[in-house]
Amino acid sequence: MLDCEQPTRRKFLAAAAGATALTLVRVEPVRATPASMKAAIRTVVGEAPLKPGKVKIDVPPLVENGNAVALAIEVDSPMTPTNYVKAIHVFTELNPQPNVISVRFGPRAGRARFTTRFRLADTQTVVAIAELSDGTFWQASADVVVTLQACLETL
Amino acid sequence: MAARTLVNLPKTAKRGQVIEIKTLVSHMMETGFRHDNVGAVIPRDIVTDFVCTYNDAEIFRATLYPAIAANPFITFHTVATESGTITFKWTGDNGFDAEASAHIAVE
Repeated sequence: MLDCEQPTRRKFLAAAAGATALTLVRVEPVRATPASMKAAIRTVVGEAPLKPGKVKIDVPPLVENGNAVALAIEVDSPMTPTNYVKAIHVFTELNPQPNVISVRFGPRAGRARFTTRFRLADTQTVVAIAELSDGTFWQASADVVVTLQACLETL
Repeated sequence: MAARTLVNLPKTAKRGQVIEIKTLVSHMMETGFRHDNVGAVIPRDIVTDFVCTYNDAEIFRATLYPAIAANPFITFHTVATESGTITFKWTGDNGFDAEASAHIAVE
């Protein structure tokens, strides 16, 4: 075994380098959203297509306490009487219930933005969907890592 | 059931200015997903609806779910159109009802 020590080590290093390269170029898979969240989204959106963009979710990427997480959502819109955001709906994929909040605006809002504090039961993806006055739906999502989970603790 | 409410908005604004309104209502927001020490489910008790009206015209409405943290805090914007009263109303489970109002002078 001694005589093949060098080739083995070389092979090992080559393999290790290859593995690292593979890890670096690996494309993150699109995460399948759990069915209950999809169903909740469909009850709001209906059959309309969901387009990515326009919506900006501001949520900390890492939260210590899932019992109160700051959330700000803003939609890129001029908020004129003919072109405004009608509603924003927020969903989570792993909370006991997918719905978080639904807010309704009118052109009088001036700015399509709201903030609140919500609960996160686990490390998961938060999805926000904006409904525009022209009937289109836009969505954005954000990943949040939670260290202390909310909702499920006993007294 | 007199819940404590807090609203914050500018006392005066220029016509057409976009102002920020901050609101908070004291409420435990019991999710209905927790169990007590003998394993019984603690029934849901949350604020379900929030409506803001500006001189009786609705400008903002929110439907809340158990995922909203205790003492629901919501901020949003509106265009200062005219002097008057902005009224905030929260309703929820078990007949929960809270109301607050603020005056704004628009010049």
